[in-house]
Amino acid sequence: MALSLREYRARIKSTESMKKITRAMELIAASRIIKAQQRAQAAAPYARELTRAVSAVATFSNVDHPLTREEESPKRAAVLIVTSDRGLAGAYSSSVLKEAERLAEKLRDEGKEIDWFIAGRKGEAYFKFRQRPIIQAWTGASDQPSYDTAADIGRVLIEAFLKEQGEDGDVDEVHVVYTRFRSMLVQEPTAVRLLPLEVVEAEEGVEQPQADLLPLYEFEPSPAEVLDGLLPQYVQSRIFFALLQAAASELAARQKAMKSATDNADELIKKYTRIANQARQAGITQEISEIVGGVNALADANSGND
Amino acid sequence: MAASEGDALQVELVAADRTVWSGQATMVIARTVEGDVGVLKDHAPLLSLLTDAVVEISAEEGDVVVAAVDGGFLSVANNRVSILSERAILATDIDVSAAQSELEEARSSDADDAEARIRRAESRIRAAERS
Repeated sequence: MALSLREYRARIKSTESMKKITRAMELIAASRIIKAQQRAQAAAPYARELTRAVSAVATFSNVDHPLTREEESPKRAAVLIVTSDRGLAGAYSSSVLKEAERLAEKLRDEGKEIDWFIAGRKGEAYFKFRQRPIIQAWTGASDQPSYDTAADIGRVLIEAFLKEQGEDGDVDEVHVVYTRFRSMLVQEPTAVRLLPLEVVEAEEGVEQPQADLLPLYEFEPSPAEVLDGLLPQYVQSRIFFALLQAAASELAARQKAMKSATDNADELIKKYTRIANQARQAGITQEISEIVGGVNALADANSGND
Repeated sequence: MAASEGDALQVELVAADRTVWSGQATMVIARTVEGDVGVLKDHAPLLSLLTDAVVEISAEEGDVVVAAVDGGFLSVANNRVSILSERAILATDIDVSAAQSELEEARSSDADDAEARIRRAESRIRAAERS
């Protein structure tokens, strides 16, 4: 309690203004989550129809497609990490990076080397700081991902995947690490293998195509060509889905972080107010005792003179 | 599923980030890589690739919905038609002057994707003219 009352007042004031800022950020994040969820919902029909179409082709033809082909001895894996552009979102970015490191560990144990692809400035900064090479990074729109970004990422990853083994920049597997939005309270970092595609795999989050029997489709011009057109778009739509989920998670994490920051500021203000009051009281007491002491001393002095 | 309801097709025109148009229609005309295809009620199940072109949907209320799509798919089954395209835009939302300038720019450029851009811009302008 060495500080003066004035200094405590100043601290309370600065904490209060900080609280205003975190409160505002919390509200902004809360209102953006709703928008992010709406975007995710708006993108769902496309993903659903695409999944349906892909499973239809996969069911009725045994076409072997380069995107579904497993390499016999995979040597290199690409990992796409979806992080945020901005901080102040609690452990959001670091938990996704931690998950990525776990996946990397696993892949290295399997004897694969890793090519990193990053979405979001935070992940890029993480790798730059550690001077680890990244192949490509996309930044600038982590809270409002556009389909164009997803399409671009998809194009790059597919291109790398389709290269022959031994060729420069070839990868045999593509993994995506992103944060899945379970609810406002729970977001979990998830790692999924994107390529080679497993078409039949059940996809959580995207609504399941109806379980009724698929009709006998006619394919124009041919099943192989339809699949050729479908699969890249399917991959891109999966990436878009991951980006949207990550955006919603980022906002939810930010809201949560800012809420606890606001609560902490409240606590601090309460604590400082108490200490300040105590300091004020102590000051008053001291003044009174000084006055009383002074009066007494005067009275003593006067009575001595008499 | 609209298999038994009424005598219309249940049509959905879906872009990557939203549903552009959905509703009942009597006919859908689209351009696939093999040529134009018209879909009426009880069409056989079909899955086909589209080119960058115009899609026409005759809505049940009588008006014709025209849209430009950048490639994508047409899938028909059980009187349900889905048109999927990464980018699909209704003719009424098309900015013709922007498409015109895009067309000119694409014509003068010699980038790899110039041809695709020309096709795209042309299909937009055509869609806008038709509505």
